[in-house]
Amino acid sequence: MIVVPCPNCGPRNSGDLRNCGELVPRPDPSAASLIEWREYLYMRKNPADWVTETWYCRGGCRRYFTIERNTATNEIRGQEAS
Amino acid sequence: MGKRPPKYSAGALVKHGLTRGDWPRMWRRPEMHDSYDVVVIGGGLHGLATAYYLAENHGITNVAVVDKGYIGGGGSGRNTAIVRSNYLTPEGVAFYDRSLDLYNTMATDLNLNIMFSRRGHLTLAHTDSALRTMHWRAEVNKLQGIDSSVIDPQEVKKQAPSLDVSPNTRYPIMGALYHPPGGIVRHDAVVWGYARGADHHGVHILQETEVLDINVEGGTGPGGKGAGGRVSGVKTSRGDINSPVVVNCTAGWASLISNMAGVPLPITTHPLQAAVTEPCKVFLPTVVVSGSLHVYVSQTDRGELVFGASVDPVGTYRVNGTLEFTEELAGHVLELMPGISKMRLLRQWSGLCDMTPDYSPVMGFTPVEGYLVDVGWGTYGFKAGPVAGETLAETIATGRTADLIAPFGIERFTEGDLVGEKGAAAVGH
Repeated sequence: MIVVPCPNCGPRNSGDLRNCGELVPRPDPSAASLIEWREYLYMRKNPADWVTETWYCRGGCRRYFTIERNTATNEIRGQEAS
Repeated sequence: MGKRPPKYSAGALVKHGLTRGDWPRMWRRPEMHDSYDVVVIGGGLHGLATAYYLAENHGITNVAVVDKGYIGGGGSGRNTAIVRSNYLTPEGVAFYDRSLDLYNTMATDLNLNIMFSRRGHLTLAHTDSALRTMHWRAEVNKLQGIDSSVIDPQEVKKQAPSLDVSPNTRYPIMGALYHPPGGIVRHDAVVWGYARGADHHGVHILQETEVLDINVEGGTGPGGKGAGGRVSGVKTSRGDINSPVVVNCTAGWASLISNMAGVPLPITTHPLQAAVTEPCKVFLPTVVVSGSLHVYVSQTDRGELVFGASVDPVGTYRVNGTLEFTEELAGHVLELMPGISKMRLLRQWSGLCDMTPDYSPVMGFTPVEGYLVDVGWGTYGFKAGPVAGETLAETIATGRTADLIAPFGIERFTEGDLVGEKGAAAVGH
């Protein structure tokens, strides 16, 4: 079980939230080439290390926030609403 | 190289029993060379099959298979050993059906009993929309000559009498996609068979050899890696290897290896949990899958029930089991088969799945010359192992992407030409 600290609802079981995956900077839609756009959509670093990722508190406050999680150990640090 | 090893046969068994002679090792522990024609990273089913077909079909025997652990220790030894070819897209059906053909003759080809049991495969439908997808799949399958049809609950009961097909359950069984050629295989034997076959041809199987970096020159990314570059070898925990061709067959760890070459992949790694019960008398004649209930079950020759589920929703490289999984699994299995409520679980485990956005693999050449991938195998890598090895070997040997894997190239993501297989691969295997 992974306990995720929601900034509003406090520590929650990860099953109450949705993991939206690692944070990828969104290119400017008016300037991005097709390749840049599709790399943003699909390509991921997927490291076995600390990763900054977005979560959605679907069972609680329904807000999005980012945390850092170590994907090798599931340790969590830092959180901010986004 | 070396002499052809003694064949496994009933005669050899009697002879060894009487003389108490030692069985020869199935594969050697060779000294690592400085250079090879092809280096395959990952000593699982896919890597070993690729090496075997390179040697067997194309005469390329100066090949090394490197693995940081022991062969077959990843997904190849953790899957639930189900094979089938009733997929949803014509590309998927053609590909997986070739794999089934190879499994069919594998015991003879590799001279090793892989215990292939063609027992039939049921994918249950609990909703109208699931039933609609079953009809869709059945029609796609029939068009390509695959034995696959939709059957009603009474027929389901005949195929698997232990299932509760009454309409009064929480998730009533409304029908099923029946695929008689599907079945189960002993997965370890397949790994050992390919390892033994490849070793006989002179392929070096280098276990406990971890790849630390991939050497790429002339690329546009940092350190000369990435698109436009060319592979020159790999750096391992036992020294450097020069090689013009490096193949990534590392499944759940695929992104970590690919990042070493500067080639990003459309993959996230998720664990998939499975469990097995204590053995009991054989009562379940077919493989039973329920997509809506996130479970698939088959009974091994030892009488154990093997259960698998869908991947865990949170991507991680950590493979410990969870109580949530066990509870959900038990609830759903009892929904299907109330009669086994007194059975106890023997053990539970998980393996890493390299999930792609469209539930199809990523295979073939990449923007780095000489670096090939065979990744994105998600939850369907075992059933595809033989055909993946065969087509990848052809691609390496001829320098041209094999027809069967042409739809699965990495460029489909930049071209927006995905092969949506979720309807047939997400849970149903």
